[in-house]
Amino acid sequence: MTRLRGLLLGASALAIMVAAPATFGQEGEGRAAHSSSYKPMASSPTMITNVNIYDGRGGLIEGGSIIMAGGDIVAVGQNLEAEAGMVIIDGDGQWLTPGIIDVHSHFGVYASPQVKAHADGNEITGANTAEVWAEHGVWPQDPGFARAQAAGVTALQILPGSANLIGGRGVTLKNVPARTVQAMKFPGAPHGVKFACGENPKRVYGQKGQSPFTRMGNVAGYRAAWAKATEYKRSWDQYNEKVSAGEDATPPTRDLQMDTLMGVLNGEILIQNHCYRADDMANIIEVSKEFGFKISAFHHAVESYKIADILAENDICSAMWADWWGFKMEALDGIRENAALVHNAGACAVIHSDSGIGIQRLNQEAAKTVADARKAGLDIPLAEAWSWVSYNAAKALGIEDQTGSLEVGKDADVVLWTANPFSVYARADKVFIDGALVYDMNDEATHAVSDFRLGFPGEGDDR
Amino acid sequence: MRTFAKYLAPLMFAAATITLAHAEDVAIVGGTVHTMEDGVVIENGVVIISGDQIEAVGGPDTAVPEGYRVIDATGKQVTPGLMSAFTLIGLEEVSLEGATVDHSLSNTFYTAGFEVAKGFNPDTPIIAINRIEGLTRAVIMPGFGVPFNENNNKSIFPGQAGIIHLGGGNDAVINSQAAVVVYPGVGDVGGARGAVLDYLVGALRESKPAAKRRRGSSASGGPGRFAKSPEDKAALAKVVSGEMPLYVLENKASKILQLLELKEEFEDMNLIILGAAEAWIVADELVEAGVPVVIGPTNNLPSSFDSLAATLYNAARLENAGVEFAIVAGGFSAAHNARLLPQDAGNAVANGLSWQAGLEAITINPAKIFGIDASFGSLTAGKEADVVVWDGDPLEVMTSPDHVFIRGEEIELVSRQTRLRDRYIDLGAEADKPLAYKK
Repeated sequence: MTRLRGLLLGASALAIMVAAPATFGQEGEGRAAHSSSYKPMASSPTMITNVNIYDGRGGLIEGGSIIMAGGDIVAVGQNLEAEAGMVIIDGDGQWLTPGIIDVHSHFGVYASPQVKAHADGNEITGANTAEVWAEHGVWPQDPGFARAQAAGVTALQILPGSANLIGGRGVTLKNVPARTVQAMKFPGAPHGVKFACGENPKRVYGQKGQSPFTRMGNVAGYRAAWAKATEYKRSWDQYNEKVSAGEDATPPTRDLQMDTLMGVLNGEILIQNHCYRADDMANIIEVSKEFGFKISAFHHAVESYKIADILAENDICSAMWADWWGFKMEALDGIRENAALVHNAGACAVIHSDSGIGIQRLNQEAAKTVADARKAGLDIPLAEAWSWVSYNAAKALGIEDQTGSLEVGKDADVVLWTANPFSVYARADKVFIDGALVYDMNDEATHAVSDFRLGFPGEGDDR
Repeated sequence: MRTFAKYLAPLMFAAATITLAHAEDVAIVGGTVHTMEDGVVIENGVVIISGDQIEAVGGPDTAVPEGYRVIDATGKQVTPGLMSAFTLIGLEEVSLEGATVDHSLSNTFYTAGFEVAKGFNPDTPIIAINRIEGLTRAVIMPGFGVPFNENNNKSIFPGQAGIIHLGGGNDAVINSQAAVVVYPGVGDVGGARGAVLDYLVGALRESKPAAKRRRGSSASGGPGRFAKSPEDKAALAKVVSGEMPLYVLENKASKILQLLELKEEFEDMNLIILGAAEAWIVADELVEAGVPVVIGPTNNLPSSFDSLAATLYNAARLENAGVEFAIVAGGFSAAHNARLLPQDAGNAVANGLSWQAGLEAITINPAKIFGIDASFGSLTAGKEADVVVWDGDPLEVMTSPDHVFIRGEEIELVSRQTRLRDRYIDLGAEADKPLAYKK
């Protein structure tokens, strides 16, 4: 009903998150506190034959096959031989890709239905809330997860919103139905931490008469936090050195906010920075040099094309929409070829959603960008463009060694499509996560239904 | 074919001449022509444009008059211009900047009487950005409020929609009274859904033209209990008489049924349902009532308790039942990205809608629903020449227009966005001088 209003609020919610060091987790019954309890669904060794494959790292295999066993990819290529007892799926000349990964989702923290009680994504009580974790707000029963699964999304990062300069930690999930968020957490994935540039923090706090009131205040806020985190890290480093040397030492007082920022300085937590304008991004890069940290990705990077060379030099990914623009001043200069220009400059391009609707067709969003770039004289092979929704996304999340491409030994997160997935008519036919069939469009028994949907209208539709 | 009189009238208006000055005689030959008239598709077809109108449409034997510029559309698809039934084009520049937002009222003395088209901005770059993707006509809507404004209008009547063409110039508004819009969810009726209907019925009753009102009801000139001003009553009177449709945002199946029942009392009223996420549940009733719907087919999340049964299969089920419907872009912005409607139609096709119905839903159907099909919506001799030549299937995501004609004028495929792209496509050019000198 108030869809437009909901979307506008959503825009102001475009998020941040922060992480606390996993090293503080307490060892319990065999599993560290806050760690993943994810267990892959049951699977059988499976071979999918007769498919055309985008491997997620720029490779194209025509008439190929893939073999999955024990949750991993065992073989990819042409002329593979099935072993006895394997499930054989004839791909019928259709297309196979790594699962889609969305680096920017608010499923669970801004769950459907969009009621007040579901606003769990922005801790708007202070410009720096590095101490909060998105996973503590994620409602696993959000019906959006299943919708995204039916669209071929196998992993996603849930981020806090962008109201704050530092919004809190993000969490990367396997897109599987579960009773707890721990049972969805991507094993071994680092936390992200959401930072926000530009209009949102200064508007949210400026209208309260608080800092930040301006972009100047934004940057001062980040620098003050980093200065404090630098001291915090020093105190912990000194303590750890003494412990290592066998000396008696009293640990510094835990500060949950500083834990997150120290995690970044230690390289354990990845910065996911909401930042539209090129000049805002450039300012953040200066701050990263001042305090010695790495920026993993700029999100909503509408103006990355203006500084693609600088982003390539600094090895920073840009997470972008294909064509969203104009809903706020800092989005006014959006162009449809943004991702293509970033890719062409040798920088890391990622297509993201920030939307429960958009997440269901990131493949189409990549397709539009390729097509527009072609008309502008820039020809990017489709096989390379698939990396925008798989390998490069995994890289931005620090999980590229586990997923994001079809390589032997990686998680068997795989989608079989009904057609070339750069076509609007392609549907995810079968979706595998760690080799397990989690969705088959033709088998209702594989369609997960969240608790919320039971007994309400519309329960029976998978898409 | 050409008459002096036909051109004289436009020439008297300076702005109109901007459009017609470039109109020329053109023959588009060799393409697959989707006429959108009775489902006729012509292979190797010919579309002939003269002045601002379509002169002829036919097969490969259609004669091309001498002197006409010929566009070779071999291997391409030719369609009418696209029309969106839900946009904010020309009514906002930057959604979150209230000073640029002209589609929503606050603290107003009138509601249904407000014609948003009176504030239409013909100079917005949003027009070119949308039309180079094939969008040539649009319904422009009252909005849901000005961002960050506490005093937004809370009436269920946000105003009247208008219709524009995207050819540019100051004559872009075709109709400033295209529909009275109702957004029930923002009504100041006390917070209960049942009261929305009472309020709506009350406003319609007290706005009935005098001859139709019962003896003793309030005079049509003064403010009523529900219709706040004479302007509101005048607008709603046109709804009651059927002169202007009532365009109601409603997603929930049971509430759609209640709206259909209004036709029993207001039998001349033309009702259009917007949103209609759960319309598939009441498809047969919609057919029986002859009420069309406007849907964003990709909106398949249960985003509110009124749209729990939202699904990608909505469009296909409506087609199967025989409901008349139009498709609009379900995406982020109704102004900036109204252009995305072919993608939404394509997704509906991927989920069971027929391809023909997908294209009809963004061309002839919205034209019929909003009553401009006499001059727009199909490739038919005598209609205004809104014609698009696509480099492939228009519903696909990797295709785009090679030629766009709006009322006979070929639009240059240039926008603020393509200019930004061309400035930055080669960052190495900055070695010579700053890119700001590249224009």
